[in-house]
Parts: sequence; structure tokens; C-alpha cells
Amino acid sequence: MSRSAAMLIMGVFTLYFLTPIWWLLTTSTKTGGEITSTAPLWFTANSAGTFLTNLGRLFTYGDGLFGRWLLNSALYAGVGALIGTVIAAMCGYALAKYEFRGREAIFNIVLSGVLVPATALALPLFLIFSRVELTNTMWAVFLPSLVSPFGVYLARIYAAASVPGELLEAARLDGSGEIRTFFTVSTRLMAPALVTIFLFQFVAIWNNFFLPLIMLRDQVLFPVTLGLYAWNSQISQIPELRSLVIVGALVSILPLIIAFLALQRFWSSGLGAGGVK
Amino acid sequence: MRAHYGKVTAAFAMISALALSGCSAGGDSTEAGAEAAPCEASEGPVTLNFTTWVPGMDKVVELWNAENPEIQVEVQTGPNGNSGTYQNFFNQIQAGNAPDLGQVEYDALPNFRVQDGLENIAGCEGVADAQDQFVDWTWGQVTFGEEGSVYAVPQDSGPMAMYYRADLFEQAGIEVPTTWEEYAAAAEQIKAQGSFITNFPKSDVNWFAGMVWQNGGQWFANDGESWDVNLTSPESEEVATYWQDLLSKDLVSTLPSFSDEWNASFNEGQQWTWVSAVWGATTLSTGAPDTAGKWAVAPMPQWEDGGNAAGNWGGSSTAVLKGSDHPAEAAKFALWLNTDPEALALANELGGIYPAAKSATELEAFAGGVDYYGGQKIYDVFADASANVNPDFTWGPTMTQTYTDVSDGFGAAIGGSGTLMDALENGQQKTIDSLKSQSIPVSE
Repeated sequence: MSRSAAMLIMGVFTLYFLTPIWWLLTTSTKTGGEITSTAPLWFTANSAGTFLTNLGRLFTYGDGLFGRWLLNSALYAGVGALIGTVIAAMCGYALAKYEFRGREAIFNIVLSGVLVPATALALPLFLIFSRVELTNTMWAVFLPSLVSPFGVYLARIYAAASVPGELLEAARLDGSGEIRTFFTVSTRLMAPALVTIFLFQFVAIWNNFFLPLIMLRDQVLFPVTLGLYAWNSQISQIPELRSLVIVGALVSILPLIIAFLALQRFWSSGLGAGGVK
Repeated sequence: MRAHYGKVTAAFAMISALALSGCSAGGDSTEAGAEAAPCEASEGPVTLNFTTWVPGMDKVVELWNAENPEIQVEVQTGPNGNSGTYQNFFNQIQAGNAPDLGQVEYDALPNFRVQDGLENIAGCEGVADAQDQFVDWTWGQVTFGEEGSVYAVPQDSGPMAMYYRADLFEQAGIEVPTTWEEYAAAAEQIKAQGSFITNFPKSDVNWFAGMVWQNGGQWFANDGESWDVNLTSPESEEVATYWQDLLSKDLVSTLPSFSDEWNASFNEGQQWTWVSAVWGATTLSTGAPDTAGKWAVAPMPQWEDGGNAAGNWGGSSTAVLKGSDHPAEAAKFALWLNTDPEALALANELGGIYPAAKSATELEAFAGGVDYYGGQKIYDVFADASANVNPDFTWGPTMTQTYTDVSDGFGAAIGGSGTLMDALENGQQKTIDSLKSQSIPVSE
């Protein structure tokens, strides 16, 4: 295919994917009434001012609830993805580098977890957490977010490919313990995969909606996705929420965009390695 | 008022009579608590959980908490019922950790009742005596006509009337319709001017139910043993045929309700009337700000000349959910929340609710004229409508399913395949199937 045809196709798709985000950007600079009465994909004369007003109202409405939601999401997604990555890396590394009975069986069981959608697990999890009286707490959202079967898969593939057995032998001969070897030698070699796992987990937890919906009653604990959903369901009662939901949605995708741009270099090399094997 | 009240009791007595298979039933409200389970106060201070989606409810509850150190209430707000909160209630009831109190809309109450999700609070202090304080039909919704039973306290209601563009009707020299016949005639004239008399909301099946309600129709009945499904009653058919006619002649628009384009249509003067509930007053004033001062409110058009029947669209109750450890305290709080003048005033101010308590008409917020409606005292119209809502209207136990199936049919009818009546017939069958599949007895 010629170069220009490829560019054209990519251009069309870029436009297709960016239009909703562009709409979000322009609409967040409008007042409730202007949303319906002005051109949907362009700004109004006093867009900048309205945007700042909307932003101010967003963070002050309901005693600063939105800020709290953002912090919750950052906590669930940031800490959850960090710990989740460490667990997945250790698990995948162990499956790749140690010979033990039942290794393949364990790996296959973990892998089958990739096939089960998180939504299907929400209700059983709710009943389990009810039993130990942890529903409507941060733990109810945090603990289930720590496991990532896909992360284990990726870590195993990458560890097998990028951590040479000879290097581990050398480390052992030099007197380094297994744990120390893992953290000082192996994780560095696995870094691209770890970043990929971290990003995957971060996005998955940030966008997680169904689990918090079922687990949480107290809106102070809501992540930003659930909070915006709750506001959106109240628009018919409080129409002023319409513009807050829109500007809130814009603010809520910014951390994801930042995370992607910052970690992009590592991200692509990690994906490639997983794909070939 | 008195005569009306008698009708309610008579209606309930009839249902109970069937339930008790022939026992004479002349019971009045004072006996209601006699058979209910005992409801004893807990000792020592208690904390209640209350889940609602009415905005500002936490502020209302602060009033209560300040005066009742022994009964503290914690409020949780979430998405509205059908957006997840009801499902959460059911999950929590099953797991045994539901909140003590929950907001439940009238059309969802039977579902909770059938699944045994509600505490009977009729035996709790003050509950049975509170009947007089609520608009008659709302009390029927929380008792299901069962003898000695109260399952929730009415919170708000949505009596219906007709919002209309007073300026446009006057300029065009068209009489403001008082009957549905006149309404259809006006629709033709308005169409000739290039506008629509109103929008048909295909997905608001509860709006359509409000229309049937006004016409004296019944979609469901329960004789205490089994459910009777009657989406296709003559009253229902009359309403369906009427709107089908308007749709076929292209006299009404079919925009998705409450969407941006719907708002825009009102804002640009494309819509001349909206037959809607009392809470629609705010929807209209925020959705169509450019038409301020041009609207007015009149009673719903009537099926019979000189009638005064009104429908209802929406409304919720405060229910004590199954498994609450403190039903007596929960009932006490629910009664205060929905009858105390200060609480009602604040709930109206912050949450926009139109209380189900009769005393609501005395609230200051409803006393004056509203600028958006040309200074008209619109709440007087709604207060009259509220008194004229047929008290015998029963919702079914699977309304979510019924709404979805009928709404799909309405969508198809608008798309040109089938009619509104076909949609109701299909909804009827699907509802019966759904009840049977859940082992809920249906009489055919």
C-alpha cells in the first residue's frame, strides 16, 4: 500500500477517535444553556471564562466532592497498580525461571483468569466481602484490584525472554540470595514489561466502574468514574449538573493521558516483546 | 376530601376481603396496626444508615441529628434507583447488610415487596396514625392494600398538569385545550404553523402509565394471591389509540426525552405544550431558559368534558429495608423526614422534591407565583391535580422489564412497524412470562 493511502487511513481513524474528545473539550467551555444552543464542535465567544467558572464549580460543588473522587481514583489506581505490578512480576518471574511440579498447571489456571470478565466477579466478591464486613470500605475496591492475570502472563513471557539463566547462575555463585537477585538484577531487565503491566493495571483500575458501584454506598469513597455516573443519573433532578459532568469527564481523563505520554517509550517496547513470543 | 378518603378505604377493604377469602372486611385505618409484627424500640443510642439520591438530603438529616442525639442517621447518596441503587439494595438484602432505610420509587416498591425486601412497619409507633397526613393515593402505594401493613413512608409525588406556551397559543388564536379532543384539534393547527404540540416520549413508559392512570385504567392488580396483568385494558387502549393517531399524522415529535436536542426543541419554541409532572417545572426552566415568562400551567386535558382527573408521573417513598436492626427508630425518622415542615421545606429547596404530605401545600416555596411561568401560582394547579389522582393504581412487581419491553415496542411503532397498542400487547405477554419465570403467581 502506498504511503499516502496509509496516512489517509490513519488520518481518518485519528479523526474518528479524537472527535469525541474534541467535543468534550469544546462542550466543557459552555454553560448549561449553551450546550444545546451553540455549535457543538466549536467554542463560544467567552469560552475561556466559562471554562474557568465550570472548573471552579466542579471543585466546589457538594463541598469539594469531585476533588475527593479524583484523590480516591489516584489512590486506587496508583497504589493498586504499583502493588499489582510487583505481585504480577514476582509471579511471572517465578513461573518463568524456576522448575517445580505443577508449574504449567498454575500458569494455565492464572491464564484462564484473563478470560473471566471482571464484571462477572463483582457480585461474588460482594458476597465474600459482606461476609468479612469489608463492603463500603476502601479495601473492597482496593484488594480485588491488586491481581492481574494478564500481568502475570506478560511478566512470564518477558522474563523468559529477557532474563538469561546464566546471569542468575552467576548471581547465585556470587552469593546473592534469590530475592535480592530478583529485585536488583531481574526487575531491571524486565523494566519495559513492568511499565506495560503498570499502565494496563492503572487504566483498568481507573476505569473500573462496576465493582465500586456494587461495593460502595458512601459517596466519599467513590472513584471518579462512579461519582460522575451518580451525578449523571441525577441530571433530570438537578440540571446544573449537566455541565459539571462534562467538565468533570474532561478532568478525569487527563491523568490517563499524562500517564500514557510519560510512559509511552517503555510501553511500546514491552508490548512488542510480549507479542513475538 | 372526606368522600374521597372513604373511597380509598373501601378499595383497600375490597382487596383485603378477597385476600381473606370472604371474611367481612370493614376495617378502618385505626385497626391497621393490630396484626402487624411488634415493633419495639431499641435500647441505647442507635445509628441508622439511609441511602437516597435526593440531592441535599444530608443537610436535611443534619436537622434531625442535631435534635436526636440518641438516633443518629448517616446518609449515603448514590446513583438513582434504576441506575444501580436498587440492584445494590437487593444484593445487600441478600448479604444481610442493607441500609436501614432506602429511597424506593413507587413503581419499584412491589418488586421489593415480592422479593421480601421490606420491613412491615405498621406496628411501629405513629405509623398507622400517619395515614391522614399523606395524599391518599400515595398511602395506597406503600400499603399495597394489605390489611395491617405499611412498608414505607411516602416521600414525594409527581401530579401531572399541562405546561403550555401561553404566548404562542394567544398569538395564533388557538384555544388552550381542556379535553383530549381539543388537544388533537389544536395539534393540527399547531402543525400548520410548523411546530409540534408536544413530544411523544417513547422511553418514558411511566409517563404513558400516568396517562392511563388519568383515564382510570389499571395495569396491574393483586388480589392477595395472584397478579392480574392488564396493560391492554379499554382505558389503556383508548390512550394508545389516541397517541398512535397523533404519531401517524406526524403531529408530535419523537425526540429522546431530556436529551440536548429535546431541550433545544423546547428552547427554540418548537414545542407548544408538555403534559408533565410537577417536577417538570424545573426541567423546563433550566432546559429552555430563552422562553422564560412565556409558559403557563393548566390542568391536564380531560377524556370527558368537565372532568378533573389527573395522572401522576414519578414519586418515591422512604422504605425500611429488610434486616434493619432498628425498625422502630427507622420508622420514626422516616415519618419525621416526610412530615416535618422544616424538613420538607429544606428537601424542596435543595432536592426539588414535591412532598407527598398534605401539608406540603402550605410550604412557602409553593405559595407564590413563579416568574418563569409569567408569575402564575402554578403550584395551586398541581395541588388540585394531586387531589384528583385516582387512588387505585397498582404497579407490577417487574416494572423494569415491563418498561423495557413496552419502550422497545413504542420505539418500533415510531419507526413504522406496529402500533402503540401492539407494543402494549407484547408488553403484556412479556410481563406475564416474566412473572411466571420468577414463580410469581399470575391469574389469566
